[in-house]
Amino acid sequence: MAEKSDSTLQVTGSRPVVPLIPANNYISLDRVRMVYENRCVFDSLSCGFPRGRVSVVLGGSGSGKSTILRLIGGLIRPLAGVVTVDGQNVGRLSYHGLNVLRRKLGMVFQGGALLDSYTVFENVALPLREQRLQSEREIAGAVHEILSAVGVSDADDLLPGELSGGMLRRVALARAIIRKPEVLLCDEPFSGLDPISIRRMEALLVQINREFGMTMIVVSHDIPSTMRMADHVLLLLGARIWEGSPAEMRRSDDAEAAEFFRDGPERLQPQGKS
Amino acid sequence: MANPVSHVGYRAIRFVQELGSIAAFTVDIARTALTPPVRFAAFVRELHKLGVRSLLIICVCGLAVGMVLGLQGHHTLVRFGAQRSLGAVVGLSLIRELGPVLTALLVAGRAGSATAAEIGSMVVTEQLNGLRMLSIDPVSLVIKPKAAAMLVVTPLLTALFIACGLYGGYLVGVGLLAGDPGSYMSSLRSAVNFHNDIECCMLKSAVFGLLLGLIATYRGYTSAPTAEGVSAATTSSVVISSVTVLLTDYVITALWGI
Repeated sequence: MAEKSDSTLQVTGSRPVVPLIPANNYISLDRVRMVYENRCVFDSLSCGFPRGRVSVVLGGSGSGKSTILRLIGGLIRPLAGVVTVDGQNVGRLSYHGLNVLRRKLGMVFQGGALLDSYTVFENVALPLREQRLQSEREIAGAVHEILSAVGVSDADDLLPGELSGGMLRRVALARAIIRKPEVLLCDEPFSGLDPISIRRMEALLVQINREFGMTMIVVSHDIPSTMRMADHVLLLLGARIWEGSPAEMRRSDDAEAAEFFRDGPERLQPQGKS
Repeated sequence: MANPVSHVGYRAIRFVQELGSIAAFTVDIARTALTPPVRFAAFVRELHKLGVRSLLIICVCGLAVGMVLGLQGHHTLVRFGAQRSLGAVVGLSLIRELGPVLTALLVAGRAGSATAAEIGSMVVTEQLNGLRMLSIDPVSLVIKPKAAAMLVVTPLLTALFIACGLYGGYLVGVGLLAGDPGSYMSSLRSAVNFHNDIECCMLKSAVFGLLLGLIATYRGYTSAPTAEGVSAATTSSVVISSVTVLLTDYVITALWGI
């Protein structure tokens, strides 16, 4: 087990570790244990995500990348350990407290998670309509502005089933950021997209991060895109975790990490253990 | 092999947990029903989906059941020289039992299964999680309008089923078997009592609507997030609804008094 400062590569072993949670981390996981049925996803995961930065979570299939996002969003609770967002223990929040916290969070799900019986306009307007703070005219203005920003201007009346994969992700992104959350969680935003759509999505996410200063956590299999946009990388390889900047990742002399960046995540088997 | 005693204990605990979960879900729906927003537009949309799209099947089935009752009733009544009471036989059979029960079974098969499948597929595609992440209560936005629409739609469809059934009985008894139209209508009018028959019928169908709404939405809401999970939720929604309707029918009939 080795611990280093926030700016250097951190390597943790499979045994319970004393977490390194730097003070500027907006979101942190502290000795989190997570088990799905008989499969242990994390035994004792500790990591942090700095405020206002683009953090990228990489790892093989089944390594628990999406689980981290669900833990942060309070959609699942850890078996042990603490998940903290802006100083609040997510697992201890009441139903109301969790709803208040989620106003600070936006999430883009892998499949978009748009309501399939609502049109694009209705989907994006939904968070604002539910807040009941703006008139219908103001909401329409905000929706068109955000749809135009993500490059989906003429799709108001289309249903999600009528959209291409790239458009679907961009509409989902528009819905997630329309309330201007402090944190944006993106689950595989590039999966299934063609190279041009990946580039467009990548540029969009970077632009959102720069313009609004949103803390962003992106889970992805796409190593080139994520390494281009990342300020901070978390690499999950079985029981081992690497944390650092993209440059530090590339400089890593660890054979397994080097192999991951060379061959991609496809060669990795699910990392859980019974 | 697991110890049979521990297996029984495990099943008992799961059963109690399930009951608790259903109770909590029911309370959740009641809580959202009593607090704003009302979601009237979503309710009307569900009324259309569950009610208007069930009209044809309800009319056809009601007509068919009424015609069968007319045919069977006529042949039986002729033996006793009481063919003038055909309207009463068809009316009482439909209003007291067949109308509410068969309508509830049809609603369970058509609207209930569709509701469970729709909510289950929303679970699979993470639409409900998407709402949670937007601080929107999925019970309020998705479940409440569906359960409320089922509660309202079932008595209305029952009334339609009975009306079609009475007409079917009339078609056979008067049109096909050359019975007296006046006798059909007067025996129907004199046999049916508003308090005993109509009120009991509406109470039954309202209770069935409530139960069908709860079962269908609960099975969909708690379905496993897989294609198999949705399929299992849809099937179990229909099976549980059907059994519940038949058992509840007996209880209400026994309590109401014949």
